[in-house]
Amino acid sequence: MSQYNYWVVIILMMIGFYIVISHGNLVKKLIGLSIFQTSVFILYISMGKVTGGTAPILDPDYTVFSNPLPHVLILTAIVVGIATTAVGLALVVRIKEAYGTIEESEIQQKDDEEC
Amino acid sequence: MTIEFLIDIIILGFLVITAVGIAVSKDLFASVMLAGIYSLLSAVFFVVMDAVDVAFTEASVGAGISTILMLSTLTLTGQFEDPSRHNKILGFVVVFITGSLLIFGTTDMPIFGDAFAPVQLHLAPHFIENSYAEIGLPNIVTSVLASYRGYDTFGETVVIFTAGIGVLSLLGFSSGSSTRLSSVIAPMSQHKILRVVSKILIPPILIFALYVQFHGDYGPGGGFQAGVIFAAAIILYAMVFGLDTARRVINQSVVQVLSALGVLLYGSVGLISFLNGKNFLDYSALAHDPLHGQHYGILLVELGVGITVTAVMVSVFFTFASRVDKEHGGNA
Repeated sequence: MSQYNYWVVIILMMIGFYIVISHGNLVKKLIGLSIFQTSVFILYISMGKVTGGTAPILDPDYTVFSNPLPHVLILTAIVVGIATTAVGLALVVRIKEAYGTIEESEIQQKDDEEC
Repeated sequence: MTIEFLIDIIILGFLVITAVGIAVSKDLFASVMLAGIYSLLSAVFFVVMDAVDVAFTEASVGAGISTILMLSTLTLTGQFEDPSRHNKILGFVVVFITGSLLIFGTTDMPIFGDAFAPVQLHLAPHFIENSYAEIGLPNIVTSVLASYRGYDTFGETVVIFTAGIGVLSLLGFSSGSSTRLSSVIAPMSQHKILRVVSKILIPPILIFALYVQFHGDYGPGGGFQAGVIFAAAIILYAMVFGLDTARRVINQSVVQVLSALGVLLYGSVGLISFLNGKNFLDYSALAHDPLHGQHYGILLVELGVGITVTAVMVSVFFTFASRVDKEHGGNA
């Protein structure tokens, strides 16, 4: 039972992965991608946790701190994540304007017709 | 242990339920709202895992900005997805196999919370033991973010700036569309309570953002979080009082220049330490006392990050919102 955190991370990651591969709607795919992304964040943060530790802000009353390095990596990753999601959403809006739909199969169909 | 374990399991359980809810829902609006809840839950989980800075960022980014951007995309692309075209069985098979392999892989992982796991033995002890003497800040996350890994953070800031340029070049910013007097993005204008409450709320949000920005050295916070909170206040204003009103207060071209200026400020700090004979982004070159130099450097660098993040978030929102305006303004 000691690794339940990692198992839940994998379950979340697989739900995100399932949404990305089996849903045709592009906005839904991006939501799936962000679920996947958050599960990776949870994995990193879980690995940095030390039992009995506290938040890595120095204080004379505490001696055990959780690992600050994963926190730094994930903090910047979150903000970069929203920036890339914004680019993805902008692409979706442009695809909607160009094809009139954001369902993957319909886009494929229209592409095939043009060829 | 038991109470922590219980909280852990409950939050993780909620996360799984929310994720399943997103997967089965056909309504994209519901999915986006659930995704916001999912973000907020993971922020709570980060607090339990002692990652207060991360929780701060996730709560403001995931539950705030990302939900708003997704909703504005939905107004342009439609609320419902086509349920008939999913390749369910193949998806399940692939996901099941990958998941089983990954779970098999976790058997090799060190025990959760182990203080002697390999990940805790390198770098982290150095940061925890020496960062106060070398950098002089109580918040280790800020020391690592802005000083030890300053290169990384510089790169991330450039990525955010680039993403801002990407959105602008994809959705374009046409100044001609803003000549219309009535904006569609002012659906709240008739709600008096919303207007009054947001008018009361916006100044404290802005002050709180400044506090987060400049207190990030001593407590949770910093440029990334402050930038997003600052942007959230401006976005709230734009949503309640209309895009045109917001544009009159905040000039979009100024915002675009600011997004570049933040990166430039960060880079210049690096260049100054370079010219003073130290390595790029070695802040100890900024003052006679190395610790003071670190303080100045981190303050300036975090300011640069904050400016870029605010400016990019605001200009991304403005770009999306003016698209929505143009689309729906044309039909009205």
